[in-house]
Amino acid sequence: MAALDCSGVTVSFGGHLALDDVDVTAADGAVTGLIGPNGAGKTTLFNVVCGLLTPSRGVVSLGGRELNRLPPYKRARLGLARTFQRLELFGLLTVRENVLVAADVRGTMGAAEVEAVIERVGLAGRIDDRVDELPTGQARLVEIARALATRPRVLLLDEPASGLDERETDELGRLLRELAAEGMAVLLVEHDVRLVMEVCDLIHVLDFGRIIAVGDAATVRSDEAVLAAYLGGSLEAS
Amino acid sequence: MVLAAWLAQGLGPALDASSDVDKFLSFTVAGLSVAAILAVGASGLVLTYTTTGVFNFAHGAIGMLGAFAYWQLRFDWGWPAPLAIATVLFVLGPLFGALLELVIFRGLQQTTETVKLVVTVSLLFSLIGLANWVWDPDVLRRDAKFLSGRGFDVAGVAVTWHEFITIVVAVAVAAGLRVLLYHTRAGIAMRAAVDDRPLAALNGARPDRSSMLAWAIGSSLAALSGILFVGTISLAPAPMSLLIVNAYAAAMIGRLRSLPMTFVGALVLGLTEGYLRGYLSDWTDNNQYFDSTFVSAVPVIVLFVVLLVLPSARLRAHGTARTREVVPMPSMRGAFTFAAVVVAGTALAIPLLTTANAVTMGRMYGLAIVALALVPLIGLAGQVSLAHWSLAGIGAVTMAHLGTGGSPMGIVWAFVFTALVGALIALPTLRLSGIYLALATAAFAVFLDRWVFRLRPFDLPFTDVKIALFGTGSVGVPDLKLFGYTFDTYYRQLMLMATTFALMSVFVVWLRRSRFGRRLLAMKDSPAACATVGMNLTMTKLTIFAVSAGMAGIGGALIGSLQGSTNQQNWEFTVGLPVFMVAVVGGIQRVGGALFAGISLAVLAAMPDWPVLRNVSWFPNLATVTPGLMGIGLGRNPNGAVADMREAFEPLARARAVFLAFLAALGALYLYVVTSDVGAWWLIIGGVVLLLGATAFVQSRARGADTGAAGPQPMFAGDELEWVGIDRPFTPDDLAALDDRLGALEVR
Repeated sequence: MAALDCSGVTVSFGGHLALDDVDVTAADGAVTGLIGPNGAGKTTLFNVVCGLLTPSRGVVSLGGRELNRLPPYKRARLGLARTFQRLELFGLLTVRENVLVAADVRGTMGAAEVEAVIERVGLAGRIDDRVDELPTGQARLVEIARALATRPRVLLLDEPASGLDERETDELGRLLRELAAEGMAVLLVEHDVRLVMEVCDLIHVLDFGRIIAVGDAATVRSDEAVLAAYLGGSLEAS
Repeated sequence: MVLAAWLAQGLGPALDASSDVDKFLSFTVAGLSVAAILAVGASGLVLTYTTTGVFNFAHGAIGMLGAFAYWQLRFDWGWPAPLAIATVLFVLGPLFGALLELVIFRGLQQTTETVKLVVTVSLLFSLIGLANWVWDPDVLRRDAKFLSGRGFDVAGVAVTWHEFITIVVAVAVAAGLRVLLYHTRAGIAMRAAVDDRPLAALNGARPDRSSMLAWAIGSSLAALSGILFVGTISLAPAPMSLLIVNAYAAAMIGRLRSLPMTFVGALVLGLTEGYLRGYLSDWTDNNQYFDSTFVSAVPVIVLFVVLLVLPSARLRAHGTARTREVVPMPSMRGAFTFAAVVVAGTALAIPLLTTANAVTMGRMYGLAIVALALVPLIGLAGQVSLAHWSLAGIGAVTMAHLGTGGSPMGIVWAFVFTALVGALIALPTLRLSGIYLALATAAFAVFLDRWVFRLRPFDLPFTDVKIALFGTGSVGVPDLKLFGYTFDTYYRQLMLMATTFALMSVFVVWLRRSRFGRRLLAMKDSPAACATVGMNLTMTKLTIFAVSAGMAGIGGALIGSLQGSTNQQNWEFTVGLPVFMVAVVGGIQRVGGALFAGISLAVLAAMPDWPVLRNVSWFPNLATVTPGLMGIGLGRNPNGAVADMREAFEPLARARAVFLAFLAALGALYLYVVTSDVGAWWLIIGGVVLLLGATAFVQSRARGADTGAAGPQPMFAGDELEWVGIDRPFTPDDLAALDDRLGALEVR
């Protein structure tokens, strides 16, 4: 059974179908990619999964338990964590305090483990800096650390590599593989196709609110519908 | 006519005779007249909000000022009515609106909602003060209808000319605004400016000009509603300014966006008020509790309900805004030191205080406690409340009734009861934030003002308990007794209030440092992120609302006890606004900000009685207006005045030797003043001189050390190079320094 199962999810904003009967799964111990052009509906799906948006139709399940009627905080307590495309940090607090808030709320870890999580994402040197003073790339890492502090079963990452340089992106890729190796289900939305192709076990491609392809990196890379969605160009180049 | 008869039948037994149809129609006409005024007022409010993004709490006060200006021209100076109206609507109103935009509102772009709220509330307060200053409040100004006379009959119902003109004006305003916003370039530019100001500018629009036009029209509409009110009520600055709260409900029915729905809302409110005035006594069998005070409270009840049933503003991920706000993390040691200084300082001051000064200082701590209650709620959690002064009033009433004989249980109940009422407000408003939360809490406060606090004594349903809030107008509040010790003099009360404030300060610092405090700050920054890490926002908001309300209740109980009695006027909505405003000005994230509010407000209230100011006739008015001016001028600093003061005096605290010398000198001065009869003023003046002198000395020493230090010196002392020429003009010295650094002297 997949850790996260989205089945037939449909969202409409007025007359516009943002998601149309979307099926996405994320398995334990794997990194699952969700890619697509801008406006394809990736962030909308994340908002549905974590409860910030109510779907018109469809079911979201975590470990077989239906989440549709649960508020966001209860979904988080069942093991769902996420980062945001547009940063949602606690800007008045330091890096340490941002992660501590999550750890305290869930009672998942103490101060020493919080420091270890921060070190793991590579922010040990900025642990007591206010997060609104950090560059965007590092701020994204704070969001990842904060999500990890809840010890999630499923981790939703919304463009985590945006703002990172090549070396930092490679580090992030290694971290995602480590997390999967520890048994976590990672669902990754990312525009950096190289990262997605390197780290994902399974990739879903979304375009205009519909899933147009599912498969491993090689399958997706050669899918004609996917290539067309990316303006007919090569996925390597996008 | 058939429709009226059918509606009249629907209203039940009160309308079973044909003459009752006339009665029904006459109340319909009266209701339509009220609706028309509300529509004009609310449409101005919606116009400025939709085009500039600022919800103007002072809209009613601008209308009030317009009404007074009209009265001045029409009746005091004898101008013909059309000329007076045209002058107010087409000259004074627009000019005033444009001036407000230029001086105040243009600077509010990119500021937080709390800042916008403080500035507009401050403007409201200032305009009320200004009107009381310019126009003698003791002069009766009322019943100035247009075209006095009976008017004409419609289907047997008398319609006065004033009612007819009012309704026609509202229809004309509705049509005019529709044409302006949707069929003129200026209107389209106004709407574009609020959607995306920079984008509108890039596309050739001039957002500043559009905003100015919107404020000019909005002010003119406010003035028009004020003038229309002149025919129905007496002119009085504060009540008239708050009449606009009735129009808030109409604006909210239009969701602050839709003018047609706003007019529908006004219609519903106006007719409801008209019919309630006509039939409420019949429907409630002359129940004394549902009298005219209840009718006047209906619009705020509607406002509260509309806010609650508005489509839910779900948690949205919006991206973290970068702000300059800093929420300090004081140490517990610092908190205890602060508390000790407050208590010891008060104890040392007592030998020097007259009874009147002891009362002033006690009131200062009372106000500071109420302001302190706002620190965790607004400063940490970001939840705005305009109802805290009313909650303090509930604390005072609770102490009056349940603190019999000075029982400390009165204080305990004051805390518990106000905490429960706070939770009661919070529960339905949990999903509101920003301006909507401010409006909901304001509606609750005005509801208490207009109805609950004026209720005659009544029996609590299903019990034998008799509730008499303010008795027949005023109720005695006993002196507190604690462990056999009675706080029965003003000096003892002062010490009690100082100690309470000190203990509460320690509590607030502890709260800030706690896990819960961290959660509050997280919630303030991003509720969406909080929810996605598992935080129960409902419980968090409910808890902090209750705790904060309870703290305000204790403040109210102690203020009531200090006064010896309390009445409804003590806790009116407008009386409490300065506490909110000046607490934000002082620094709503800090304990020091609350003390700043207490000191500022108590001193301003006491200053007109000071010997040197007693004979200055205009000073009381200036003192009334000052909190508002402080809010307008200083409310934009996100960290408050206390943060700036702390920064200025911190070097002194760090220069240990100079600081000790300063304390020694202050101690010596204190001993001299206590043992001689020179008066406490010498201590205050001497203390300030010593403080400023010691600070200047430390700063000059630091500058000297900098000058002697090795390494490159700043080119312009105190100024960043890139700002010279922008912040201030280049001086010849600047140019010489620049030439020197560039080696230009040699070239010359």
